[in-house]
Amino acid sequence: MSSEVIQKPKRLRKKTKPQNDFIEHPLEKWLRMDRIPHIWCSTCGIGTAVTCFIEAIKKTTFNREDICVVSGIGCSGRIAGYIKMDSFHTTHGRAVPFAVGLKLANPKLKVVVFSGDGDLSSIGGNHLIHTARRNIDITVLCVNNFIYAMTGGQVAPTTPPTAVSTTTPYGNYEHPFNLPALVASCGAVYVARWTALHVRRLTNSIAEALQKKGFSFVEIICPCTTLYARKNKLGSGLDLMKFYHDHSIIANGSDPRDADIAFQSDIKVGKFLDIEKTEYLDNYNSYMKSVLGDQFKAYGVSDESK
Amino acid sequence: MKADSDGVLTGAHYLDGDKACAEGALAAGCRFFAGYPITPSTEIAERVAERFPYINQGFFIQMEDELASITAVLGAAWAGKKAMTVTSGPGFSLMMENIGLGVMLETPCVVVDVQRGGPSTGLPTLPGQADIMQARWGSHGDYEIIAVCPNSPQECFDLTITAFNLSEKYRVPVMVMMDECVGHMTEKVVIPEAEAIEIYPRRYTSKNPDQYLPYVYGEDLIPDMVKAGDGYAFHVTGLTHDERGYPVMDWKTQEICVRRLVEKIKNNAHNIIMLEERNLEKAEIVVVSYGITSRVALKGIQIAEKRGVKNIGQLRLLTIWPFCEEKIRRLAPKIKAFVVPEMNYGQLVYEVERCAAGSCNTILVPHGGGTVHDPKTIADAIEEAFQ
Amino acid sequence: MKYWRTPLDVDRVKIPLGEVHILKERCKGCGFCVEYCPKKILELAPEFNSKGYHPPIVTDGSKCVHCQLCEMLCPEFAIFCVLKEEKSHHES
Repeated sequence: MSSEVIQKPKRLRKKTKPQNDFIEHPLEKWLRMDRIPHIWCSTCGIGTAVTCFIEAIKKTTFNREDICVVSGIGCSGRIAGYIKMDSFHTTHGRAVPFAVGLKLANPKLKVVVFSGDGDLSSIGGNHLIHTARRNIDITVLCVNNFIYAMTGGQVAPTTPPTAVSTTTPYGNYEHPFNLPALVASCGAVYVARWTALHVRRLTNSIAEALQKKGFSFVEIICPCTTLYARKNKLGSGLDLMKFYHDHSIIANGSDPRDADIAFQSDIKVGKFLDIEKTEYLDNYNSYMKSVLGDQFKAYGVSDESK
Repeated sequence: MKADSDGVLTGAHYLDGDKACAEGALAAGCRFFAGYPITPSTEIAERVAERFPYINQGFFIQMEDELASITAVLGAAWAGKKAMTVTSGPGFSLMMENIGLGVMLETPCVVVDVQRGGPSTGLPTLPGQADIMQARWGSHGDYEIIAVCPNSPQECFDLTITAFNLSEKYRVPVMVMMDECVGHMTEKVVIPEAEAIEIYPRRYTSKNPDQYLPYVYGEDLIPDMVKAGDGYAFHVTGLTHDERGYPVMDWKTQEICVRRLVEKIKNNAHNIIMLEERNLEKAEIVVVSYGITSRVALKGIQIAEKRGVKNIGQLRLLTIWPFCEEKIRRLAPKIKAFVVPEMNYGQLVYEVERCAAGSCNTILVPHGGGTVHDPKTIADAIEEAFQ
Repeated sequence: MKYWRTPLDVDRVKIPLGEVHILKERCKGCGFCVEYCPKKILELAPEFNSKGYHPPIVTDGSKCVHCQLCEMLCPEFAIFCVLKEEKSHHES
């Protein structure tokens, strides 16, 4: 290994050009390279989640033009800004209804909501449960780092009991959500949970979720080093990944209600639910046709969306 | 561009304001509606729900709350549809954050607020006009929107079409500020042929995906639009952004990004403002009114004239925002006083007073809502203005 | 590789050989790739990049089996593996 001249650290205002710029990472054409390197911390798992997402899309046959990514606010909310597809960075908690508007206005679009646990289950909780109830054909990828990281580490509805955060400085005393159980009970047709370590299974799961007709939900447990790990003295994101390695239990097909996560406990991962249920628009079209007869103009079937 | 005849219910009808508003939306080409029931706007949603299954590619969804409604409307607009939501005071308050998102993303959409007595739950089944300032200032931050105010069911039809046209032209959410009285009164509404209805089409970009930037603009300060699914791989965000649509959070970008949002409306105010004038040339007193109050004000003027007061003019605002500053400034030195009857305890009167700048008196005739003014109070105020 | 007997499918199964490429300037030194490389051929360099992070270096490129775990685990899009060739067991 030849020794290289150590460059003086450049001022961080300008993005540093990669030294080996003739080498192109295979995912670069899927990313907004003018914004890479991204803002996520070292050992943050969100980048891994994005990699798995893009790899999953490559496994499917979707047209890149038809895919829309909608994010909310938070560290995970920044995901939309780095992916080179039609992407929307919306307000806190409202990624899901925005996605619903996109999908229902143009059913040909493949709409993916890629946001965080607080954004989706706290302020966005109402939208999550109703969209799952309606079984609208969107895929929700929930990056769960158990905390509100972007704003400095406040407690989230998924924060395990006794975990420390800035708004629970003596430890969390609230019962957290079990997101797979929540979404499954509301009517989702595909529910899975993986950690950022399970890269191949996560990729396959996302690919399945994308191809599933109806409301599909994949929870991606990611390490948060700067807030969750630091506030709870759990080391770095790498230590959290090692924890996932030692404490994940792959339990495909198990009841999502058993998938609670306590502080530094075993984490049940796997594909919990994969059922068939009529999707929202199919339901609408078939029902209206049966009630109104031939006068009813089926929605989303013709090509025109203007 | 002419209206899509699929949504145009040509003919003479006997409709209430809410239904006329719904018909106006359908005639304007609205093909996506997301709403939440709230008195007195629910009839608009109900009418759209009845009509959409028979209209080509129209979709109605009752969302779980108003926040979801306005957000879904924004999403639908970005997928290429003309989209609308309807609400009243409490729902309007809930929608404010995402109206701000609509302004920041520059999304064409229409929000109808059928005003009722407030604040809070207030008088759900009775009229008010107390959301006027909220329409302008409700969301946080600096921005400008357009708000129109019909005073009859026929105008509910016409101004809803105008609202859609303005939203497409200026890429901004446009509010239709009805009130419960206008919404629930039934009158003759004439809906013309589709060919007679002028629709302003959405200005999509003609550039290639590799050349297109979402927020590059010309002299009119309005960027060309794009929709999801066309291969442009664009990114838009509610954060302060540059012409690429990427968040750039510093004061220079704020100056460029936000100032343009304000100026694109302000600079074009003269094209947006619609007024109805009566007897202004010789007027010594001008009654400034809007919505249902303008019809009561007319009665008030007639009573005052019977009592012997002469030279009373009336200025009716069809466009509330942007406010007709120029008009008021030019009138103020020539007259004795403005009389501003409003179904609130003072909202638009402050704009009138500000623009009059002391050149004449400004007299407010307030009413808390729940019913319309007694025309005699307006006549009394007019008489008092003469002294 | 040592076997106690020759596997029956040794003619059909080929072991891939990969070539690891590292974009040093993009790396934030998280160590995921180093930790989870099944062949343990990555380690953090003693040098650092212009941001002060220690990117990985390949210690023995001949052992890479193109599993692409480094590529998938990396949160920074800073490392990837290219398939060079596939060798049968006899050659490795």
